[in-house]
Amino acid sequence: MNAPSDLKKFLAAQEKKSLLRFLTCGSVDDGKSTLIGRLLYDTKLLFEDHLSALEKDSKKFGTTGDDIDFALLVDGLEAEREQGITIDVAYRFFATERRKFIVADTPGHEQYTRNMATGASNSDLAVILIDARKGVLTQTKRHAYIASLLGIRHVLLAVNKIDLVDYAQTTFDHIVQDFADFSQRLGFASVMPVPISARYGDNVIAASARTPWYKGPSLLAHLETVDVDTDVVGKPLRFPVQWVNRPNLDFRGFSGTIVGGRVRKGDAVAVAKSGRKSSIKRIVTMEGDLDEAVAGAAVTLVLADEVDISRGDILCTPEERPEVSEQFAAHLLWMAEDELLPGRQYLMKVASATVPVQITTLKHKIDVNTFDQLAAKTLHLNEVGYANFATTQPIALDAYHDNRDTGGFILIDRFTNATVGAGMIDFSLRRATNVHWQALDVGKQSRAEQKGQKPTVLWFTGLSGSGKSTIANLVERALFAEGRHTYLLDGDNVRHGLNRDLGFTDADRVENIRRVGEAAKLFVDAGLIVLVSFISPFRSERRMARELVGEGEFIEVFVDTPIEVCMQRDPKGLYKKAKAGEIKNFTGIDSPYEAPEHAELTIDTTTAEPAELAAGIVRYLRDKGYVA
Amino acid sequence: MREVAAEFANPVMLYSIGKDSSVMLHLAMKAFYPAKPPFPLLHVDTTWKFREMIQFRDETAKRLGLKLLVHVNEDGIKRGINPFDSGSALHTQVMKTEALKQALDKYGFDAAFGGARRDEEKSRAKERIFSFRTATHAWDPKNQRPELWRVYNTRINKSESIRVFPLSNWTELDIWQYILAENIPIVPLYFAKQRPIVERDGTLIMRDDERMKLLPGEKALDKLVRFRTLGCYPLTGAIESDADTLEGIVTEMFTARTSERQGRLIDSDEKSSMEKKKKEGYF
Repeated sequence: MNAPSDLKKFLAAQEKKSLLRFLTCGSVDDGKSTLIGRLLYDTKLLFEDHLSALEKDSKKFGTTGDDIDFALLVDGLEAEREQGITIDVAYRFFATERRKFIVADTPGHEQYTRNMATGASNSDLAVILIDARKGVLTQTKRHAYIASLLGIRHVLLAVNKIDLVDYAQTTFDHIVQDFADFSQRLGFASVMPVPISARYGDNVIAASARTPWYKGPSLLAHLETVDVDTDVVGKPLRFPVQWVNRPNLDFRGFSGTIVGGRVRKGDAVAVAKSGRKSSIKRIVTMEGDLDEAVAGAAVTLVLADEVDISRGDILCTPEERPEVSEQFAAHLLWMAEDELLPGRQYLMKVASATVPVQITTLKHKIDVNTFDQLAAKTLHLNEVGYANFATTQPIALDAYHDNRDTGGFILIDRFTNATVGAGMIDFSLRRATNVHWQALDVGKQSRAEQKGQKPTVLWFTGLSGSGKSTIANLVERALFAEGRHTYLLDGDNVRHGLNRDLGFTDADRVENIRRVGEAAKLFVDAGLIVLVSFISPFRSERRMARELVGEGEFIEVFVDTPIEVCMQRDPKGLYKKAKAGEIKNFTGIDSPYEAPEHAELTIDTTTAEPAELAAGIVRYLRDKGYVA
Repeated sequence: MREVAAEFANPVMLYSIGKDSSVMLHLAMKAFYPAKPPFPLLHVDTTWKFREMIQFRDETAKRLGLKLLVHVNEDGIKRGINPFDSGSALHTQVMKTEALKQALDKYGFDAAFGGARRDEEKSRAKERIFSFRTATHAWDPKNQRPELWRVYNTRINKSESIRVFPLSNWTELDIWQYILAENIPIVPLYFAKQRPIVERDGTLIMRDDERMKLLPGEKALDKLVRFRTLGCYPLTGAIESDADTLEGIVTEMFTARTSERQGRLIDSDEKSSMEKKKKEGYF
């Protein structure tokens, strides 16, 4: 290929090739890595130096005698090479005359399900491997389920190691039937079973003479021709704004990637959340303005009118807008070692928007082996559940099956910043659409003015016996004597009423604080100075309570008494009981206390008397202008 | 890239002057157009780069009107580190890996773009697009965040950072086709030309300056060569080629039977070498 015309032809052919992203999944030792190595090898994408390294490695690490061990091609991390298992997602690239491929190689190991979900989230097809000797396993069902959960509609069922069952058609048929029996509930659009031997290449690239009974296409032939019908261009316009482009005062554009539909110059568009409308004035790119752009294109849009738009907003067609809601139902895959705590506030990132979110009801978890729905209070690593979510502000959202980009979200832990969950929105809850905030004539401002004070929450946190309630009580007395309007929420008292139904597990502690935070918020709204005296051991929940009220309406008071002192005091005899094992989940004994890092006030009860400390807090309120 | 610009306080683009960097920079120009990319370029200069690379680097920054930061590990220079006497491993460790960490700390960058691709090397195939690094710049392959869809978790604590690889899913062929299609300027070293070449241990080294001492029996001969990948000149092998146009390069690529990193002497130091370097903070 030297003539320029050949090159042109070649390039033109390259441009026309479609891209198929697929993932391979299966159980440990099903031969995924070997299959991918085989595909790379047989499509001649291996370079000579890779190949000679492979031959060397095969002799050193290989498990295939003197033959080339293709698995060694794709296992890149040292640890896993030694263990002989793939532990992460690896992306591979190859191309044939007809298509380009990106392969996500995902682990078969049970605890790494989250990596499979990661691979699946960007794939259109799943190659599910089954060891012909073992048949359909628990993991096979799990993988098929996760593939369907993440919206994969096409499956290639690769019955591998067919050589080890003497190329027996009955074994193959049996496995295909088993798979069909359980997978019909998963709603795949197509399932193509192929008997293969990754090691010897049977039916991988070309039909094998050793399986004359198999009349279907080879694995690669199917991958080259399968129609995965991902028509995002035909869907309604969705343009999440990533970045407001403002190089100078004369230009204001919105940059991002179109994730659904198409946009033309002059089209009417709306901002999903605010409903404000405008039209497309320009579609800007570095190569010049476009008349039209479709899903997949990264462009900068300029609107005809000055509309308030920021990062996280979604531009859409006025007729087909995403739902705007603060409550929705979604499937959730939990991906963290720490269990899910319903009621805890997490961050949710959907498209380019990030908002705080809570799980209001965990409806059930799903047994991925039987697909049964089980009652659940929490989700552990790799578990899938179905839950209702509430965000702190309305967001624009689509159902995941309508648009993966505006319907798929991740959950982020607010302290570790780890990605702890992946969600797929099912539908928005009507409640949110129809229950609007009732605008009231008398507001927080006027109620506070009437009382001549700035409403706030004084949040006392500390171990049991640290002196929270004693000091909070003294502070309230002093304020009351001055004619201030106050209310004291005490942990023990609230647990007798509002929170009577809650215990002391981590999940219940989170809900306990959520309710108290909400109650405190109402009292602040009523114009009161609210004193809250709760152990409140977790930073996340204290932050959640803080964020429920406005800026400057939350004063965290850390009653910093060492546990030894608290145990000595033991006013209610609780430490004694906890140490004797009579009370479970006691903070400081067998349940953690996370000390505040940035409390407004920290007080030391070992060096000063309660009355003195209370007076100090009242002084603080005066200095900061909460009371005159 | 826009995700990074929108969510990080102080991003930077690592600019290695190679073809991948050229493509990444071109994409950045497009992503933010008509604005300029809202971050500077950073080049970690080992002082052993090809002279033509340095010239190209300065011209590019000037042509595009971008801020260019150049960082050299002065401590390494004082210690007399060089690829000939110190060996490629130590040289790379000190002048690239250490130098990069120094530069990131010095300017307090919380996100750094790199041009690495998953098809380059085995351990890179598993790299995330947003790769999380601890405060000491270490990469823990077992503790990376899952990346679903196109939603990237960009949250970090103080002094932690993220390396971002926008070209993760590109292959070498994609890079060249894109350079051809978009007519992106690249360093002339990629094109075949007569250059003074010393053959050492089977690798064709271009003698770019007098610092490279000839061993007994060695001679610098003019050969028609080009480079598929660029790094420190003593560590970068040339290939004999007459491809002196982009079209020629793509044609050659199509028929190539060796991978581009073969010319990189640092990869073959020892098994899984790239992974070790990454844990230490190499890009």
